[in-house]
Amino acid sequence: MSEIRPQAEEAPPTLLAKVLEQVREIGFPRLMIGLFLLLLLGTAWGTHMDMPGLITDCVLRIARNGVLVLALLPAIQGGVGLNFGLPLGIICGLLGCVITLNANLGGWGGLGLSALIGVGLATPVGMAYGWLLNRTRGQEMMVGTYLGFSIVSGMSIFWTMAPFHNPQLVWAIGGHGLRTTLTLTNAYDRLLDKLGAFSIAGVTIPTGTLALFALLCILVGLFFRTRAGLTISAARSNPRFARAAGISDARTRIQATTFSTVLAAIGIVIFCQSFGFVQLYTAPLLMAFPAVACLLIGGAAVNRATLSHVIVGTVLFQSILTVALPVTSQVIQGDFSETARLIIQNGMILYALTRRER
Amino acid sequence: MAAKRTTLRDRLAHAAVPLLFALLCVFGILVAHISPEFLVREMLARFSRNAVLVTALLIPILAGLGLNFGIVLGAMAGQIAAILVTYWGFSGIAAFGLAAVVAVPLAVLFGIGTGLLFNRAKGREMVTGLIAGFFANGAYQLIFLFAIGSLIPWHAKAMLLPQGFGLRNTIDLYNMQYAIDDLVKVRITLQGSQIRVPAVSIALIALVCAFNLFFQRTRLGQELRAMGQDPHVAAASGIPVDRNRLIATVLSTVFAAWGQLFFLQNIGTLNTYSSHEQVGMFAIAALLVSGATVSRATVWQALIGTLLFHTLFVVSPLAGKALAGDAQIGEFFRVFVAYAVITVALVLHAWQQARRARI
Repeated sequence: MSEIRPQAEEAPPTLLAKVLEQVREIGFPRLMIGLFLLLLLGTAWGTHMDMPGLITDCVLRIARNGVLVLALLPAIQGGVGLNFGLPLGIICGLLGCVITLNANLGGWGGLGLSALIGVGLATPVGMAYGWLLNRTRGQEMMVGTYLGFSIVSGMSIFWTMAPFHNPQLVWAIGGHGLRTTLTLTNAYDRLLDKLGAFSIAGVTIPTGTLALFALLCILVGLFFRTRAGLTISAARSNPRFARAAGISDARTRIQATTFSTVLAAIGIVIFCQSFGFVQLYTAPLLMAFPAVACLLIGGAAVNRATLSHVIVGTVLFQSILTVALPVTSQVIQGDFSETARLIIQNGMILYALTRRER
Repeated sequence: MAAKRTTLRDRLAHAAVPLLFALLCVFGILVAHISPEFLVREMLARFSRNAVLVTALLIPILAGLGLNFGIVLGAMAGQIAAILVTYWGFSGIAAFGLAAVVAVPLAVLFGIGTGLLFNRAKGREMVTGLIAGFFANGAYQLIFLFAIGSLIPWHAKAMLLPQGFGLRNTIDLYNMQYAIDDLVKVRITLQGSQIRVPAVSIALIALVCAFNLFFQRTRLGQELRAMGQDPHVAAASGIPVDRNRLIATVLSTVFAAWGQLFFLQNIGTLNTYSSHEQVGMFAIAALLVSGATVSRATVWQALIGTLLFHTLFVVSPLAGKALAGDAQIGEFFRVFVAYAVITVALVLHAWQQARRARI
């Protein structure tokens, strides 16, 4: 920035140059996706769709998915890159949910205990995962992706064989093997969503979930200002210098990975609570990819991300996903939103992977 | 002395993986009481179906690009060609031959695209290939689910969805089923039932293998090998690394396109939106089962791996049913094995790389 400024003072910048500078500031992909969202919203407005309903859905999905996106932040801060191994933490959270459901624990206790069990499981899992990533430096993303795939498919066997006997969870026929989706009605369905929920201009705000997302954002932000947090990012930005200062980047990377895995476990419990169902078997298989895309759309790079990237990205991408289906289905038959999701999500990840780092 | 011992241990370690899988297969066969007739029939079909796809992975490994997850794009090229020749109304060997020709320019184009991406993402080719496959799947859906019949004129209404645009989820390829497999009809009788022997397919697979062996001895093949060993030294000695990486990717993509055509002509139906999706994962897992690694794989390993992996694939649901009374568990198990094999290979590769970097 400071290198460009003297030039700008010599000749007053033309309007085009100004616009280009602005575009560079926001980032070309982010601008395109923002415009796409505006186009969708404009179409919805123009065709007299139920705007408050659409916005309600958007806010709900943002709140629901936010923590899963936030979970990626510590990994990037710690220098592990995009954490495609998110399903590891997700599985821990799902186990928490299943265990409390099996014990017929509902309400706030059930929700809290699910998250607590998730965190308890995710801590050792995250540490082991971080240890593995330290030994496979340079290939963290690939190892994370396939480790996630393996664990999710291995857990499919576990879900069918696990000794859960609550008749509400297992298949009615045969009496063993968990169902693919477990309903949370009578447990903690939308408990946080409804907490302090209010309507404004026809838009319902899921206050509890949104507030929890905000709280976790603030906590993560504060953590990276504490000594431990600063150590993690220092070790990422200059491992040799950090080592000279007595910081082992092997340790900080494990801390960052564990933190990420723990947040993923909390994130999925919040997700399930708001969604109203616990999805098992192959459902978590590809969950890391949309979350990663959210963060990247927010403007993050493979080695750099901030809280604002998390929030902006989640708002943009989740809104598009929510709005695309009802809006496009007015124009074309068929589920266009799924195709759009594939293209935007993976196009964004490809862009980030092939971006030349300065 | 020390060096000799390591090689022996390495060789044992390499043999351990295929041996483990062979034992697993034998165990499954015994548990599920699978008859030799069923096994031979399935293995012949599955081997001729998948072998070319697996060998498509060899050249990028030689060039140091790692496992080419981008062969999904090659498979798409093959599939598009199959759709086109069916639309044009060809049948039999003419359909297959024309599809093989039409697939080439498409695969070259896709290969160049992936190759350029790989050159921009050095050191993370595999994850880039994986995501490129997902992205291409989106673009493919955009064209075949939405554009065909609406933006792109399409006269074969029977191939379209009831809404008038977008291809149906499955397309019959009876016009070219067994076009290669049965070009020369060979049957053997085992336990009183006839078994189709895809003689011509096996001959063509042998040809592809021979090409791979020959290719390694050409100048380009040697250059790729040098790049695989050390790209910096290769670049310093005047090898055009970026160009060669591109060529390796294109070759792999073209073979993958043909491989998918072999697969389709044997299966006889095309799942428009899913036949190609898992091609990369299964081909890669099959290769790795033989003890091949991310940086070293031979033609023989490709063939042995195909046989072993697909035996396990046939056997595990049946064994799961016999053991736990639930075929579902066997199915979960085989998917788990495919992913786990890839994970272990990736971890070992990255581990060795990191250790080498530290020394």
